[in-house]
Amino acid sequence: MKKSIKDWFSEWDEDKINLTELTANQGNENLIKEEKKEHNISELVELKQKELSRAGKIYPVLAALLCVVIIYFMLMTVSGLPKFGQADNPTNNEVVERYVEKGMEETGAVNVVAGVILDYRAFDTLGESHVLFTAVIAVFTLLLADKEEKETIEEGQIMKQDNILRNTAIFIVPLTVLFGIYVILNGHLGPGGGFSGGAIIGAAFIIYAMAFGFSGIEKFLTLKTFRIIVLCALLFYSGAKCYSFFCGANELHSIFGPGTPGMILSSGLILPLNIAVGIVVACTMYGFYSIFKRGRI
Amino acid sequence: MEIFECTLLILLVVGAIATVSSKNLMISMIIFMAYSVVMSVIWIILKAPDLSVTEAAVGAGISSILMFMTIRKLRDIKKEKNEEKH
Repeated sequence: MKKSIKDWFSEWDEDKINLTELTANQGNENLIKEEKKEHNISELVELKQKELSRAGKIYPVLAALLCVVIIYFMLMTVSGLPKFGQADNPTNNEVVERYVEKGMEETGAVNVVAGVILDYRAFDTLGESHVLFTAVIAVFTLLLADKEEKETIEEGQIMKQDNILRNTAIFIVPLTVLFGIYVILNGHLGPGGGFSGGAIIGAAFIIYAMAFGFSGIEKFLTLKTFRIIVLCALLFYSGAKCYSFFCGANELHSIFGPGTPGMILSSGLILPLNIAVGIVVACTMYGFYSIFKRGRI
Repeated sequence: MEIFECTLLILLVVGAIATVSSKNLMISMIIFMAYSVVMSVIWIILKAPDLSVTEAAVGAGISSILMFMTIRKLRDIKKEKNEEKH
């Protein structure tokens, strides 16, 4: 016959009772032994605590040692590098020569950096934008709140009325947005470009959202429009450059042509690509802030 | 000009150590912002204005805003835990 679970338990209990009776019968010797055991246990605990405190002292020392060793190796490596800004450095090879001497002629961009980033090395910049895109998707999956949670979050975070912040924001936000647009549009003429300009516009949106709440920006930027904008910008980027990505960009003349360097409508695809990258970065920065703040865009 | 560069580089090292060693997270974030601003000035001296603009916008601006938000969220979570305990 199979034993039921109850039987198992009752037998187990009986065993326990027997054991306790036995220990009771065995008298004082056992008691002394138990006391000794307890004593041992307390000693063990003390020993462990001592070990832990020792470990607590040892770990920072080990960490400092490790840091010193790593710093030593890094400094050794740096001291082995050639001097900064010398003409015969190994970085000054034919690639840089080509970029500096023929960059403006071939890409039409006065700012050689923009020419390198968005023309010679456009594939790397596409990867960079996709890194941002992937980061946004990861943040969405982690922090995007459910529909049921929306109301509680909104109730918990009603914006405080702050006159100083609001009056400053009225002056600063339009100027910042204008400066961001200037930085994006002048990416091929001077320092700047899509990435930094997009970050500036995103910062302006964040200041606006801090001062006046999210309702103003929600009129033109919701989760749906965010998805469409980012998708279109990335698709435009890869679509405009896909031919040269696949063909290795040998002797490829774009439809727009380099134009006259120094004009705002010049340098082929660099300007539209700058705008695409800027839109992606601006939306992403604002999206990060909004999701961190309240769980949705 | 060399003295200026040296002071900026020393400020970088001091800022990096202070960011790690300060016990208040808020203070270490503010020091980190200052670190980014110094770094963007150094980029200008190294004749890389593109990087300087990006460093000022992303390093001093947006990354620190996101860090501040994270610190605030952590405080909220700690408060909730304390309330649950009591």
